Amino acid sequence: MGGWAIALHGGAGDIPRSMPPERLKPREAALHYCLQIGVDALKAGQPPLDVVELVVRELENNPHFNAGKGSVLTSNGTVEMEACIMDGNTKRCGAVSGLTTVKNAISLARLVMEKTPHIYLAFDGAEAFAREQDVETIDSSHFITPENIERLKQAKVANRVQIDFTQPTQKVVEKASVLSLDSQDGTVGCVAVDGNGNLAAATSTGGLVNKMVGRIGDTPIIGAGTYANGYCAVSATGKGESIIRATVARDVAALMEYKGLSLKEAAAYVVEECAPKHTTGLIAVSAKGEVTMPFNTVGMFCACATEDGHSEVKIWPDDPLC
Amino acid sequence: MGGWAIAVHGGAGVDPNLPEERQELAKQLLTRCLDLGISALRASVPAIDVVELVVRELESDPLFNSGRGSALTEKGTVEMEASIMDGCGRRCGAVSGITTVKNPISLARLVMDKSPHSYLAFSGAEQFAKQQGVEIVDNDYFITEDNIGTLKLAKEASKILFEYRIPSTVGLDSCTLEAETPPLTMNGLPISVYAPETVGCVVVDSQGRCAAATSTGGLMNKMVGRIGDSPIIGAGTYACDACGVSCTGEGEAIIRGTLARDVAALMEYKGLNLQAAVDYVIENRLDQGKAGMIAVSSNGEVACGFNTVGMFRGFATENGFMEVGIWE
Repeated sequence: MGGWAIALHGGAGDIPRSMPPERLKPREAALHYCLQIGVDALKAGQPPLDVVELVVRELENNPHFNAGKGSVLTSNGTVEMEACIMDGNTKRCGAVSGLTTVKNAISLARLVMEKTPHIYLAFDGAEAFAREQDVETIDSSHFITPENIERLKQAKVANRVQIDFTQPTQKVVEKASVLSLDSQDGTVGCVAVDGNGNLAAATSTGGLVNKMVGRIGDTPIIGAGTYANGYCAVSATGKGESIIRATVARDVAALMEYKGLSLKEAAAYVVEECAPKHTTGLIAVSAKGEVTMPFNTVGMFCACATEDGHSEVKIWPDDPLC
Repeated sequence: MGGWAIAVHGGAGVDPNLPEERQELAKQLLTRCLDLGISALRASVPAIDVVELVVRELESDPLFNSGRGSALTEKGTVEMEASIMDGCGRRCGAVSGITTVKNPISLARLVMDKSPHSYLAFSGAEQFAKQQGVEIVDNDYFITEDNIGTLKLAKEASKILFEYRIPSTVGLDSCTLEAETPPLTMNGLPISVYAPETVGCVVVDSQGRCAAATSTGGLMNKMVGRIGDSPIIGAGTYACDACGVSCTGEGEAIIRGTLARDVAALMEYKGLNLQAAVDYVIENRLDQGKAGMIAVSSNGEVACGFNTVGMFRGFATENGFMEVGIWE
């Protein structure tokens, strides 16, 4: 065992199999592309912490996922982005919430980790720090896409916080109201390990459609949406409130450490037993170079690769897309 | 086994030179809070309500670092945070960046009970507070003379104060000083540079239901917008079927160590009992960090652990045991 491994995701949720090709193809292509970037970086010997940041930046810049550009909107029609990064070796971490102008939230999270005595900065304080650090900021309108404006409209009509993969048609909104008890959350994330067992995790998101202004989800919560230590690195996605309650990311590692479960067993247990159905997906890699991507939602945009040549891009459970 | 149990804390990391009068005041406050909790438990009030009412009392008293008496940001303002968790169903609520809400723990409770979310912060949280009609005051209400003084010292030393680490002009990095160091003076008067911590309460009621609540003003001289461990479920606060935990100390170390969740995880996944789990976490999950915690189990046990010099704490169990303490 051993060798590098990488996994990335673009969100778990009620991804309809009926999603039309023009919406599906760009997302699939992005997963392939980002996987390649991550694999190339690992092969070139870049540390996992740099690799996960780089892959998540790419996902943030892609308007088809709910992070950075393409973030879903708050009830006020604005974006409030959050992100988190963690280094397995040192357990150092950085998190940000409530960003409105920072182009790459994950990079600001990294700066919080490296350039402040703190772990977590939010809202005005985080934006002020971004300016001090001279990171790339851009007018908030940059992050807003027509698709998300439409989603927000639909959510308000249905008067509920919404699944962000549902398509903007009246029919599906009704279906959503009947099917879903609560909303789901898309997010992006990446976990990686190098041949020496160094692990890192990174997650970034715009949150829930029509969320209350100021709402914080699981993504920036160490142990919920993001976690890495000497055993594994985990990034979760789905319904933030459920992921927080089930301390999803921490529990995968805790099961490995305290109960001796393998990565696959631990991740499956958390997704199947600890979190309610239709709420959670995660990606995880272990120090030994294993990878797993379980989810209890309809689907999860995800991809992974390991040094032994295995490579996979997936959306639904029994679905080899690669 | 069984029966109700309650533990409260007013922070880990105590100035070893803390004047007698302040120690006495602290013990009285802890005792008063325990009594409040005990009366409620005897009246069969559920654990989730007991932890809220006790933490409200701690927030309202300026002695500890929460609500009134909160530590100050680098700008001299107050930004409070709190979280509450109900072991039944593991429902939770948290708030951060609170500047005008008199009792942040109650706002956290409302987030849990009256919003579709688990965590609200800054202006969004304040908006929610207004909608809910909770008691609102000016930010000044929370600021005390003591803390204005401590902030000044911290700025002079350009440090963020952890526990009672006394700032030195010799450019020491922040490490704890020995007890022999003479107290600092300001305007010729000796003052305690006790940098206050956090407050919390954990309870198991007579039905075996656990709950936990934590509230704080955060670190003295913190950056505006800094969030610590207190509102982070799994770090500063956690409750499940098996136990309730509230932590205090260096927020960054507590977050990294996911302290509160780890106590429960050790019980659940490794079969440790409450005190063993608390000891394990303090011993193994803190690295260089300084922290403390209180915990109760569904069996009616209480436990605490800390690697700091002192922790303000109090415990009581249904069989009549009651204790308030500061030092080891």
